[in-house]
Amino acid sequence: MMSFVSKANTEIVKGNEDKKEDVASEVVEHIMNHVADANENHIATIKDGEQEKHISLPLPCILYNKTTGKLSVFLSSKLHHSEEGYEGYKMDHHTSRVVDAVTGTRDTFYDFSITKNVFNMLLGFLILTVIFFVIKVSYVKNVGKAPKGIQSFFEPIIQFLIDEVAKPNLGTQYEKFLPYLICVFFFILINNLLGLVPFIGGINSSGNISFTLVLAMCSLLLINLNGNKHYWQHIFAMPGVPKWVLIILTPIELLGVILKPAVLMLRLFGNITGGHIAVLAIVSLIFIMGKMGTTIGGATAGGAIAIPILLFVNAMELFVAFLQAYVFTLLTAIFIGAAIEDHHHAEEKH
Amino acid sequence: MLLGFDPMSLLTPDLGLVFWTTLVFLTFWLLVGKFAIKPITKAIKDREHTISDALSAAENAKQEVQQMQSNNASLLKEAREESAKILKEAKELKDSIVTEAHNSAKDEAAKIVASAKIEIDAQKKAALAEVKNEVSKLSLEIAQKVIGKELDSSKEHQSYINSLVEKINVN
Repeated sequence: MMSFVSKANTEIVKGNEDKKEDVASEVVEHIMNHVADANENHIATIKDGEQEKHISLPLPCILYNKTTGKLSVFLSSKLHHSEEGYEGYKMDHHTSRVVDAVTGTRDTFYDFSITKNVFNMLLGFLILTVIFFVIKVSYVKNVGKAPKGIQSFFEPIIQFLIDEVAKPNLGTQYEKFLPYLICVFFFILINNLLGLVPFIGGINSSGNISFTLVLAMCSLLLINLNGNKHYWQHIFAMPGVPKWVLIILTPIELLGVILKPAVLMLRLFGNITGGHIAVLAIVSLIFIMGKMGTTIGGATAGGAIAIPILLFVNAMELFVAFLQAYVFTLLTAIFIGAAIEDHHHAEEKH
Repeated sequence: MLLGFDPMSLLTPDLGLVFWTTLVFLTFWLLVGKFAIKPITKAIKDREHTISDALSAAENAKQEVQQMQSNNASLLKEAREESAKILKEAKELKDSIVTEAHNSAKDEAAKIVASAKIEIDAQKKAALAEVKNEVSKLSLEIAQKVIGKELDSSKEHQSYINSLVEKINVN
Protein backbone atom coordinates (compact mmCIF):
# COMPACT_ATOMS: atom_id res chain seq x y z
CA MET A 1 0.00 0.00 0.00
CA MET A 2 2.77 2.39 0.92
CA SER A 3 4.44 1.80 -2.38
CA PHE A 4 1.34 2.98 -4.13
CA VAL A 5 0.97 5.99 -1.89
CA SER A 6 4.47 7.21 -2.56
CA LYS A 7 4.24 6.47 -6.26
CA ALA A 8 1.03 8.42 -6.52
CA ASN A 9 2.68 11.19 -4.56
CA THR A 10 5.40 11.50 -7.15
CA GLU A 11 2.69 11.66 -9.80
CA ILE A 12 1.20 14.66 -8.06
CA VAL A 13 4.55 16.40 -7.93
CA LYS A 14 5.21 15.64 -11.58
CA GLY A 15 2.82 18.25 -12.74
CA ASN A 16 -0.61 19.49 -13.41
CA GLU A 17 -0.49 19.18 -17.17
CA ASP A 18 -1.69 15.55 -17.02
CA LYS A 19 -5.11 14.96 -18.42
CA LYS A 20 -7.95 13.46 -16.40
CA GLU A 21 -7.87 10.15 -18.30
CA ASP A 22 -4.19 9.85 -17.55
CA VAL A 23 -4.86 10.20 -13.86
CA ALA A 24 -7.49 7.47 -13.99
CA SER A 25 -5.41 5.09 -16.07
CA GLU A 26 -2.34 5.66 -13.92
CA VAL A 27 -4.31 4.99 -10.76
CA VAL A 28 -5.72 1.80 -12.26
CA GLU A 29 -2.27 0.75 -13.39
CA HIS A 30 -0.81 1.32 -9.94
CA ILE A 31 -3.60 -0.60 -8.31
CA MET A 32 -3.21 -3.50 -10.70
CA ASN A 33 0.55 -3.57 -10.30
CA HIS A 34 0.10 -3.65 -6.57
CA VAL A 35 -2.46 -6.45 -6.74
CA ALA A 36 -0.26 -8.51 -9.07
CA ASP A 37 2.89 -10.39 -8.09
CA ALA A 38 6.34 -8.70 -8.05
CA ASN A 39 9.98 -9.69 -7.85
CA GLU A 40 10.74 -7.26 -5.05
CA ASN A 41 8.83 -6.04 -2.07
CA HIS A 42 8.42 -2.38 -2.90
CA ILE A 43 8.09 -0.19 0.17
CA ALA A 44 8.38 3.40 -1.04
CA THR A 45 9.62 5.66 -3.82
CA ILE A 46 11.36 8.85 -2.84
CA LYS A 47 11.76 11.60 -5.37
CA ASP A 48 15.16 13.16 -5.08
CA GLY A 49 15.24 16.02 -7.56
CA GLU A 50 14.66 14.39 -10.94
CA GLN A 51 15.86 11.02 -9.67
CA GLU A 52 13.40 8.48 -8.31
CA LYS A 53 14.77 6.41 -5.49
CA HIS A 54 13.08 3.08 -4.84
CA ILE A 55 13.15 1.66 -1.36
CA SER A 56 12.34 -1.99 -1.50
CA LEU A 57 13.05 -5.26 0.20
CA PRO A 58 15.16 -7.29 -2.22
CA LEU A 59 13.94 -10.80 -2.93
CA PRO A 60 15.81 -13.74 -4.44
CA CYS A 61 15.38 -14.23 -8.18
CA ILE A 62 15.53 -17.78 -9.54
CA LEU A 63 15.30 -17.64 -13.31
CA TYR A 64 15.61 -20.41 -15.88
CA ASN A 65 16.36 -19.28 -19.39
CA LYS A 66 14.29 -21.23 -21.93
CA THR A 67 16.77 -20.94 -24.80
CA THR A 68 20.15 -21.19 -23.10
CA GLY A 69 18.95 -23.42 -20.24
CA LYS A 70 20.91 -21.27 -17.85
CA LEU A 71 19.75 -21.03 -14.25
CA SER A 72 20.38 -17.61 -12.69
CA VAL A 73 20.05 -17.06 -8.96
CA PHE A 74 20.59 -13.58 -7.53
CA LEU A 75 18.99 -10.95 -5.31
CA SER A 76 16.69 -8.48 -7.02
CA SER A 77 18.80 -5.64 -5.60
CA LYS A 78 21.46 -6.59 -8.21
CA LEU A 79 19.10 -5.24 -10.89
CA HIS A 80 18.60 -1.88 -9.26
CA HIS A 81 21.66 0.08 -10.21
CA SER A 82 22.34 -1.37 -13.61
CA GLU A 83 20.22 -0.26 -16.52
CA GLU A 84 21.98 -2.73 -18.79
CA GLY A 85 20.85 -5.60 -16.55
CA TYR A 86 22.40 -8.52 -14.78
CA GLU A 87 22.89 -11.95 -16.37
CA GLY A 88 20.61 -10.84 -19.18
CA TYR A 89 17.75 -9.68 -16.94
CA LYS A 90 16.60 -6.26 -15.78
CA MET A 91 13.95 -4.89 -13.46
CA ASP A 92 10.84 -3.23 -14.85
CA HIS A 93 10.41 -0.58 -12.17
CA HIS A 94 6.89 0.05 -13.32
CA THR A 95 5.66 -3.44 -12.50
CA SER A 96 8.51 -4.48 -10.18
CA ARG A 97 8.96 -7.60 -12.30
CA VAL A 98 12.08 -9.09 -13.81
CA VAL A 99 12.12 -8.89 -17.61
CA ASP A 100 14.49 -10.00 -20.31
CA ALA A 101 17.14 -7.28 -20.73
CA VAL A 102 16.97 -7.54 -24.50
CA THR A 103 13.31 -8.07 -25.37
CA GLY A 104 11.79 -6.45 -22.28
CA THR A 105 9.27 -9.29 -21.94
CA ARG A 106 8.83 -12.25 -19.61
CA ASP A 107 8.37 -14.91 -22.30
CA THR A 108 11.99 -16.00 -22.67
CA PHE A 109 12.45 -17.51 -19.20
CA TYR A 110 10.70 -19.37 -16.38
CA ASP A 111 10.46 -17.33 -13.19
CA PHE A 112 10.76 -19.47 -10.06
CA SER A 113 11.75 -16.48 -7.94
CA ILE A 114 10.77 -15.90 -4.36
CA THR A 115 8.35 -13.16 -5.37
CA LYS A 116 6.50 -10.98 -2.89
CA ASN A 117 3.60 -13.46 -2.87
CA VAL A 118 5.96 -16.36 -2.21
CA PHE A 119 7.64 -14.26 0.48
CA ASN A 120 4.22 -13.65 2.05
CA MET A 121 3.37 -17.34 1.91
CA LEU A 122 6.69 -18.33 3.45
CA LEU A 123 6.20 -15.78 6.21
CA GLY A 124 2.72 -17.16 6.86
CA PHE A 125 4.05 -20.70 6.73
CA LEU A 126 6.73 -19.84 9.28
CA ILE A 127 4.30 -18.08 11.64
CA LEU A 128 1.74 -20.89 11.46
CA THR A 129 4.31 -23.65 11.84
CA VAL A 130 5.76 -22.03 14.95
CA ILE A 131 2.30 -21.40 16.40
CA PHE A 132 1.06 -24.93 15.71
CA PHE A 133 4.12 -26.61 17.16
CA VAL A 134 3.98 -24.37 20.24
CA ILE A 135 0.31 -25.28 20.66
CA LYS A 136 1.09 -28.94 20.12
CA VAL A 137 3.72 -28.86 22.86
CA SER A 138 1.25 -27.27 25.29
CA TYR A 139 -1.33 -29.92 24.41
CA VAL A 140 1.19 -32.64 25.11
CA LYS A 141 2.21 -30.94 28.37
CA ASN A 142 -1.28 -30.15 29.70
CA VAL A 143 -2.90 -33.45 28.89
CA GLY A 144 -6.56 -33.31 29.82
CA LYS A 145 -6.27 -29.81 31.27
CA ALA A 146 -7.78 -26.48 30.26
CA PRO A 147 -5.91 -24.69 27.44
CA LYS A 148 -3.41 -21.98 28.37
CA GLY A 149 -2.05 -18.90 26.63
CA ILE A 150 -1.91 -19.04 22.84
CA GLN A 151 -3.46 -22.47 23.02
CA SER A 152 -6.70 -21.02 24.34
CA PHE A 153 -6.80 -18.52 21.49
CA PHE A 154 -6.55 -21.20 18.82
CA GLU A 155 -8.58 -23.92 20.46
CA PRO A 156 -11.99 -22.28 19.89
CA ILE A 157 -11.14 -21.88 16.18
CA ILE A 158 -10.01 -25.50 15.88
CA GLN A 159 -12.99 -26.64 17.91
CA PHE A 160 -15.29 -24.62 15.65
CA LEU A 161 -13.77 -26.25 12.57
CA ILE A 162 -14.24 -29.68 14.12
CA ASP A 163 -17.78 -29.15 15.39
CA GLU A 164 -19.27 -26.87 12.74
CA VAL A 165 -17.36 -27.73 9.57
CA ALA A 166 -15.98 -31.28 9.78
CA LYS A 167 -18.46 -33.23 11.90
CA PRO A 168 -21.78 -32.12 10.31
CA ASN A 169 -20.53 -32.60 6.74
CA LEU A 170 -18.18 -35.56 6.96
CA GLY A 171 -19.95 -37.69 9.55
CA THR A 172 -17.99 -40.55 11.04
CA GLN A 173 -15.01 -40.12 8.72
CA TYR A 174 -14.34 -36.52 9.76
CA GLU A 175 -11.03 -37.24 11.48
CA LYS A 176 -9.41 -38.34 8.24
CA PHE A 177 -9.96 -34.91 6.66
CA LEU A 178 -9.36 -32.73 9.70
CA PRO A 179 -5.65 -32.01 9.03
CA TYR A 180 -6.43 -30.79 5.51
CA LEU A 181 -9.40 -28.67 6.56
CA ILE A 182 -7.53 -27.03 9.43
CA CYS A 183 -4.40 -26.52 7.30
CA VAL A 184 -6.31 -24.96 4.42
CA PHE A 185 -8.30 -22.71 6.75
CA PHE A 186 -5.27 -21.34 8.56
CA PHE A 187 -3.15 -21.10 5.42
CA ILE A 188 -5.77 -18.97 3.68
CA LEU A 189 -6.42 -16.99 6.84
CA ILE A 190 -2.79 -16.11 7.54
CA ASN A 191 -2.27 -15.03 3.93
CA ASN A 192 -5.45 -12.96 4.03
CA LEU A 193 -4.40 -11.31 7.27
CA LEU A 194 -0.81 -10.67 6.19
CA GLY A 195 -2.26 -9.08 3.07
CA LEU A 196 -4.01 -6.53 5.28
CA VAL A 197 -0.82 -5.44 7.02
CA PRO A 198 0.59 -2.29 5.44
CA PHE A 199 4.35 -1.55 5.16
CA ILE A 200 5.31 -5.19 4.60
CA GLY A 201 3.55 -4.55 1.32
CA GLY A 202 -0.07 -5.48 1.89
CA ILE A 203 0.69 -8.44 -0.29
CA ASN A 204 -2.21 -9.96 -2.19
CA SER A 205 -1.03 -13.58 -2.10
CA SER A 206 -4.31 -15.27 -1.23
CA GLY A 207 -6.02 -13.14 -3.86
CA ASN A 208 -3.70 -14.42 -6.57
CA ILE A 209 -5.25 -16.86 -9.02
CA SER A 210 -2.19 -19.16 -8.81
CA PHE A 211 -2.59 -19.46 -5.05
CA THR A 212 -6.31 -20.18 -5.17
CA LEU A 213 -5.74 -22.55 -8.12
CA VAL A 214 -3.38 -24.73 -6.08
CA LEU A 215 -5.69 -24.89 -3.08
CA ALA A 216 -8.68 -25.61 -5.31
CA MET A 217 -6.68 -28.38 -7.02
CA CYS A 218 -5.94 -29.94 -3.63
CA SER A 219 -9.64 -29.84 -2.79
CA LEU A 220 -10.51 -31.29 -6.21
CA LEU A 221 -8.10 -34.17 -5.72
CA LEU A 222 -9.31 -34.86 -2.19
CA ILE A 223 -12.97 -34.80 -3.27
CA ASN A 224 -12.52 -37.10 -6.25
CA LEU A 225 -9.90 -39.48 -4.86
CA ASN A 226 -12.17 -40.13 -1.88
CA GLY A 227 -15.37 -40.35 -3.93
CA ASN A 228 -17.12 -43.68 -3.40
CA LYS A 229 -19.09 -45.89 -5.77
CA HIS A 230 -22.27 -43.92 -5.23
CA TYR A 231 -20.57 -40.62 -6.00
CA TRP A 232 -19.31 -41.83 -9.37
CA GLN A 233 -22.59 -43.58 -10.08
CA HIS A 234 -24.41 -40.30 -9.57
CA ILE A 235 -22.06 -38.63 -12.01
CA PHE A 236 -22.02 -41.18 -14.81
CA ALA A 237 -25.42 -42.83 -14.43
CA MET A 238 -27.75 -40.95 -12.16
CA PRO A 239 -30.09 -43.58 -10.71
CA GLY A 240 -33.78 -43.22 -11.47
CA VAL A 241 -33.23 -41.12 -14.58
CA PRO A 242 -34.23 -42.30 -18.10
CA LYS A 243 -31.29 -43.35 -20.31
CA TRP A 244 -31.74 -40.58 -22.88
CA VAL A 245 -31.62 -37.89 -20.19
CA LEU A 246 -28.19 -39.18 -19.17
CA ILE A 247 -26.83 -37.93 -22.50
CA ILE A 248 -27.43 -34.42 -21.21
CA LEU A 249 -27.00 -35.05 -17.51
CA THR A 250 -23.66 -36.87 -17.52
CA PRO A 251 -21.73 -34.05 -19.24
CA ILE A 252 -23.30 -31.57 -16.81
CA GLU A 253 -22.30 -33.71 -13.85
CA LEU A 254 -18.78 -34.14 -15.24
CA LEU A 255 -18.56 -30.39 -15.67
CA GLY A 256 -19.67 -30.07 -12.06
CA VAL A 257 -16.62 -32.06 -10.95
CA ILE A 258 -14.43 -29.26 -12.32
CA LEU A 259 -16.81 -26.40 -11.58
CA LYS A 260 -17.07 -26.97 -7.85
CA PRO A 261 -13.34 -26.42 -7.20
CA ALA A 262 -13.25 -23.75 -9.91
CA VAL A 263 -15.85 -21.81 -7.99
CA LEU A 264 -13.76 -22.19 -4.84
CA MET A 265 -10.79 -20.81 -6.76
CA LEU A 266 -12.65 -17.84 -8.22
CA ARG A 267 -14.51 -16.93 -5.04
CA LEU A 268 -11.35 -16.60 -2.97
CA PHE A 269 -9.53 -14.79 -5.79
CA GLY A 270 -12.40 -12.38 -6.37
CA ASN A 271 -13.06 -11.56 -2.74
CA ILE A 272 -9.49 -10.96 -1.69
CA THR A 273 -8.38 -9.16 -4.84
CA GLY A 274 -11.60 -7.14 -4.77
CA GLY A 275 -10.89 -6.13 -1.21
CA HIS A 276 -7.38 -5.01 -2.06
CA ILE A 277 -8.62 -3.05 -5.05
CA ALA A 278 -11.33 -1.38 -2.93
CA VAL A 279 -8.83 -0.31 -0.27
CA LEU A 280 -6.40 1.01 -2.91
CA ALA A 281 -9.12 2.82 -4.82
CA ILE A 282 -10.22 4.61 -1.69
CA VAL A 283 -6.64 5.56 -0.86
CA SER A 284 -6.36 6.88 -4.42
CA LEU A 285 -9.21 9.27 -3.74
CA ILE A 286 -6.77 11.41 -1.77
CA PHE A 287 -4.36 11.68 -4.71
CA ILE A 288 -6.99 11.96 -7.40
CA MET A 289 -8.71 14.81 -5.60
CA GLY A 290 -5.36 16.39 -4.81
CA LYS A 291 -4.42 16.28 -8.44
CA MET A 292 -7.79 17.46 -9.75
CA GLY A 293 -7.79 20.43 -7.42
CA THR A 294 -4.02 20.82 -7.97
CA THR A 295 -3.78 21.88 -4.36
CA ILE A 296 -3.00 20.35 -1.05
CA GLY A 297 -6.58 21.39 -0.16
CA GLY A 298 -7.97 18.93 -2.67
CA ALA A 299 -5.87 16.20 -1.12
CA THR A 300 -7.11 17.19 2.33
CA ALA A 301 -10.71 16.97 1.19
CA GLY A 302 -9.97 13.63 -0.43
CA GLY A 303 -8.40 12.43 2.81
CA ALA A 304 -11.38 13.60 4.82
CA ILE A 305 -13.65 11.54 2.62
CA ALA A 306 -11.34 8.60 2.14
CA ILE A 307 -10.13 7.93 5.68
CA PRO A 308 -13.52 7.07 7.29
CA ILE A 309 -14.45 4.90 4.31
CA LEU A 310 -11.03 3.31 4.39
CA LEU A 311 -11.40 2.48 8.06
CA PHE A 312 -14.73 0.83 7.37
CA VAL A 313 -13.47 -1.11 4.34
CA ASN A 314 -10.39 -2.27 6.22
CA ALA A 315 -12.53 -3.52 9.10
CA MET A 316 -14.69 -5.30 6.59
CA GLU A 317 -11.62 -6.83 4.95
CA LEU A 318 -10.62 -8.19 8.33
CA PHE A 319 -14.00 -9.89 8.53
CA VAL A 320 -13.74 -11.07 4.93
CA ALA A 321 -10.32 -12.58 5.70
CA PHE A 322 -11.96 -14.90 8.23
CA LEU A 323 -15.13 -15.39 6.22
CA GLN A 324 -13.43 -16.45 3.00
CA ALA A 325 -11.10 -18.86 4.80
CA TYR A 326 -14.19 -20.32 6.49
CA VAL A 327 -16.21 -20.49 3.26
CA PHE A 328 -13.41 -22.25 1.39
CA THR A 329 -13.02 -24.78 4.19
CA LEU A 330 -16.76 -25.29 4.64
CA LEU A 331 -17.42 -25.83 0.93
CA THR A 332 -14.50 -28.23 0.66
CA ALA A 333 -15.94 -30.17 3.60
CA ILE A 334 -19.41 -30.17 2.01
CA PHE A 335 -18.06 -31.40 -1.35
CA ILE A 336 -15.97 -34.13 0.29
CA GLY A 337 -18.97 -35.03 2.43
CA ALA A 338 -21.14 -35.43 -0.67
CA ALA A 339 -18.50 -37.63 -2.31
CA ILE A 340 -18.05 -39.97 0.66
CA GLU A 341 -21.68 -40.08 1.75
CA ASP A 342 -23.17 -43.54 2.04
CA HIS A 343 -26.30 -43.29 -0.09
CA HIS A 344 -27.79 -46.55 1.11
CA HIS A 345 -28.89 -45.06 4.37
CA ALA A 346 -30.08 -41.87 2.74
CA GLU A 347 -32.27 -43.73 0.27
CA GLU A 348 -33.80 -45.99 2.89
CA LYS A 349 -35.03 -42.92 4.71
CA HIS A 350 -37.05 -41.55 1.78
CA MET B 1 -4.29 0.65 -23.63
CA LEU B 2 -6.73 2.83 -21.75
CA LEU B 3 -6.53 1.01 -18.45
CA GLY B 4 -2.75 0.75 -18.50
CA PHE B 5 -2.75 -2.97 -17.79
CA ASP B 6 -3.87 -6.27 -19.24
CA PRO B 7 -6.97 -7.46 -17.33
CA MET B 8 -6.34 -11.10 -18.30
CA SER B 9 -2.99 -11.03 -16.50
CA LEU B 10 -4.89 -11.12 -13.23
CA LEU B 11 -6.64 -14.33 -14.25
CA THR B 12 -3.59 -16.09 -15.67
CA PRO B 13 -1.88 -18.45 -13.25
CA ASP B 14 1.88 -17.98 -13.03
CA LEU B 15 3.97 -21.14 -13.25
CA GLY B 16 6.51 -20.04 -10.65
CA LEU B 17 3.85 -19.00 -8.17
CA VAL B 18 1.89 -22.22 -8.73
CA PHE B 19 5.08 -24.16 -8.07
CA TRP B 20 5.88 -22.27 -4.86
CA THR B 21 2.31 -22.34 -3.56
CA THR B 22 2.17 -26.10 -4.14
CA LEU B 23 5.51 -26.60 -2.42
CA VAL B 24 4.74 -24.37 0.55
CA PHE B 25 1.19 -25.59 1.04
CA LEU B 26 2.01 -29.29 0.68
CA THR B 27 4.94 -28.92 3.07
CA PHE B 28 2.67 -27.13 5.51
CA TRP B 29 -0.03 -29.78 5.14
CA LEU B 30 2.38 -32.68 5.61
CA LEU B 31 4.47 -31.13 8.36
CA VAL B 32 1.86 -29.32 10.43
CA GLY B 33 -1.05 -31.60 9.54
CA LYS B 34 0.77 -34.75 10.53
CA PHE B 35 2.97 -33.60 13.39
CA ALA B 36 0.92 -30.81 14.97
CA ILE B 37 -2.75 -30.91 13.99
CA LYS B 38 -3.19 -34.64 14.43
CA PRO B 39 -1.80 -34.63 17.98
CA ILE B 40 -3.80 -31.47 18.75
CA THR B 41 -7.12 -32.83 17.51
CA LYS B 42 -6.38 -36.13 19.24
CA ALA B 43 -5.65 -34.27 22.49
CA ILE B 44 -8.89 -32.30 22.13
CA LYS B 45 -10.83 -35.48 21.51
CA ASP B 46 -9.15 -37.30 24.39
CA ARG B 47 -9.86 -34.38 26.68
CA GLU B 48 -13.49 -34.38 25.58
CA HIS B 49 -13.66 -38.04 26.53
CA THR B 50 -11.92 -37.38 29.84
CA ILE B 51 -14.34 -34.58 30.62
CA SER B 52 -17.43 -36.56 29.68
CA ASP B 53 -16.10 -39.56 31.63
CA ALA B 54 -15.43 -37.38 34.64
CA LEU B 55 -18.89 -35.85 34.39
CA SER B 56 -20.60 -39.22 34.19
CA ALA B 57 -18.44 -40.49 37.07
CA ALA B 58 -19.47 -37.47 39.12
CA GLU B 59 -23.10 -38.12 38.23
CA ASN B 60 -22.71 -41.76 39.30
CA ALA B 61 -21.03 -40.72 42.53
CA LYS B 62 -23.86 -38.29 43.19
CA GLN B 63 -26.42 -41.00 42.62
CA GLU B 64 -24.48 -43.37 44.87
CA VAL B 65 -24.38 -40.75 47.60
CA GLN B 66 -28.11 -40.21 47.21
CA GLN B 67 -28.66 -43.96 47.35
CA MET B 68 -26.49 -44.16 50.45
CA GLN B 69 -28.32 -41.25 52.00
CA SER B 70 -31.69 -42.86 51.41
CA ASN B 71 -30.28 -46.14 52.73
CA ASN B 72 -29.02 -44.35 55.79
CA ALA B 73 -32.37 -42.71 56.31
CA SER B 74 -34.20 -46.00 56.07
CA LEU B 75 -31.64 -47.65 58.35
CA LEU B 76 -32.07 -44.87 60.87
CA LYS B 77 -35.83 -45.21 60.67
CA GLU B 78 -35.57 -48.95 61.17
CA ALA B 79 -33.26 -48.48 64.11
CA ARG B 80 -35.65 -45.99 65.67
CA GLU B 81 -38.55 -48.35 65.19
CA GLU B 82 -36.48 -51.17 66.62
CA SER B 83 -35.50 -49.17 69.69
CA ALA B 84 -39.09 -48.04 70.21
CA LYS B 85 -40.20 -51.64 69.93
CA ILE B 86 -37.56 -52.76 72.39
CA LEU B 87 -38.49 -50.02 74.84
CA LYS B 88 -42.13 -50.90 74.51
CA GLU B 89 -41.40 -54.56 75.09
CA ALA B 90 -39.23 -53.73 78.07
CA LYS B 91 -41.96 -51.62 79.54
CA GLU B 92 -44.48 -54.37 79.02
CA LEU B 93 -42.11 -56.86 80.59
CA LYS B 94 -41.51 -54.54 83.53
CA ASP B 95 -45.22 -54.03 83.99
CA SER B 96 -45.93 -57.72 83.82
CA ILE B 97 -43.10 -58.48 86.26
CA VAL B 98 -44.35 -55.81 88.64
CA THR B 99 -47.94 -56.99 88.48
CA GLU B 100 -46.85 -60.58 88.78
CA ALA B 101 -44.75 -59.74 91.81
CA HIS B 102 -47.60 -57.74 93.20
CA ASN B 103 -50.04 -60.57 92.68
CA SER B 104 -47.71 -63.20 94.05
CA ALA B 105 -46.98 -61.03 97.07
CA LYS B 106 -50.68 -60.56 97.60
CA ASP B 107 -51.28 -64.31 97.31
CA GLU B 108 -48.45 -65.03 99.66
CA ALA B 109 -49.73 -62.52 102.14
CA ALA B 110 -53.21 -63.95 101.83
CA LYS B 111 -51.82 -67.43 102.35
CA ILE B 112 -49.86 -66.35 105.40
CA VAL B 113 -52.85 -64.54 106.77
CA ALA B 114 -55.04 -67.57 106.11
CA SER B 115 -52.60 -69.97 107.73
CA ALA B 116 -52.21 -67.55 110.64
CA LYS B 117 -55.97 -67.45 111.05
CA ILE B 118 -56.15 -71.24 111.03
CA GLU B 119 -53.37 -71.35 113.61
CA ILE B 120 -55.06 -68.70 115.66
CA ASP B 121 -58.34 -70.55 115.44
CA ALA B 122 -56.68 -73.78 116.41
CA GLN B 123 -54.90 -72.09 119.31
CA LYS B 124 -58.09 -70.38 120.29
CA LYS B 125 -60.00 -73.66 120.25
CA ALA B 126 -57.25 -75.38 122.19
CA ALA B 127 -57.15 -72.51 124.65
CA LEU B 128 -60.91 -72.55 125.02
CA ALA B 129 -60.89 -76.30 125.49
CA GLU B 130 -58.21 -75.86 128.13
CA VAL B 131 -60.18 -73.10 129.77
CA LYS B 132 -63.31 -75.22 129.71
CA ASN B 133 -61.50 -78.11 131.30
CA GLU B 134 -60.02 -75.85 133.93
CA VAL B 135 -63.38 -74.25 134.50
CA SER B 136 -65.13 -77.58 134.93
CA LYS B 137 -62.41 -78.76 137.27
CA LEU B 138 -62.60 -75.56 139.24
CA SER B 139 -66.33 -75.70 139.32
CA LEU B 140 -66.20 -79.21 140.66
CA GLU B 141 -63.78 -78.23 143.30
CA ILE B 142 -65.81 -75.19 144.14
CA ALA B 143 -68.94 -77.20 144.28
CA GLN B 144 -67.27 -79.84 146.48
CA LYS B 145 -66.13 -77.16 148.76
CA VAL B 146 -69.54 -75.56 148.77
CA ILE B 147 -71.42 -78.69 149.30
CA GLY B 148 -68.79 -80.02 151.63
CA LYS B 149 -68.94 -83.26 150.24
CA GLU B 150 -67.14 -84.76 147.55
CA LEU B 151 -69.26 -85.08 144.75
CA ASP B 152 -68.87 -88.26 143.01
CA SER B 153 -66.99 -87.84 140.11
CA SER B 154 -69.54 -90.03 138.60
CA LYS B 155 -70.48 -89.78 135.17
CA GLU B 156 -73.74 -88.26 136.02
CA HIS B 157 -72.19 -85.29 137.77
CA GLN B 158 -69.49 -84.85 135.39
CA SER B 159 -71.82 -84.60 132.42
CA TYR B 160 -74.07 -82.27 134.33
CA ILE B 161 -71.28 -79.89 135.01
CA ASN B 162 -70.06 -80.12 131.51
CA SER B 163 -73.51 -79.23 130.32
CA LEU B 164 -73.44 -76.25 132.61
CA VAL B 165 -70.13 -75.19 131.36
CA GLU B 166 -71.34 -75.58 127.83
CA LYS B 167 -74.14 -73.25 128.58
CA ILE B 168 -71.73 -70.59 129.71
CA ASN B 169 -71.05 -68.79 126.57
CA VAL B 170 -67.57 -67.60 126.69
CA ASN B 171 -68.07 -65.44 123.91
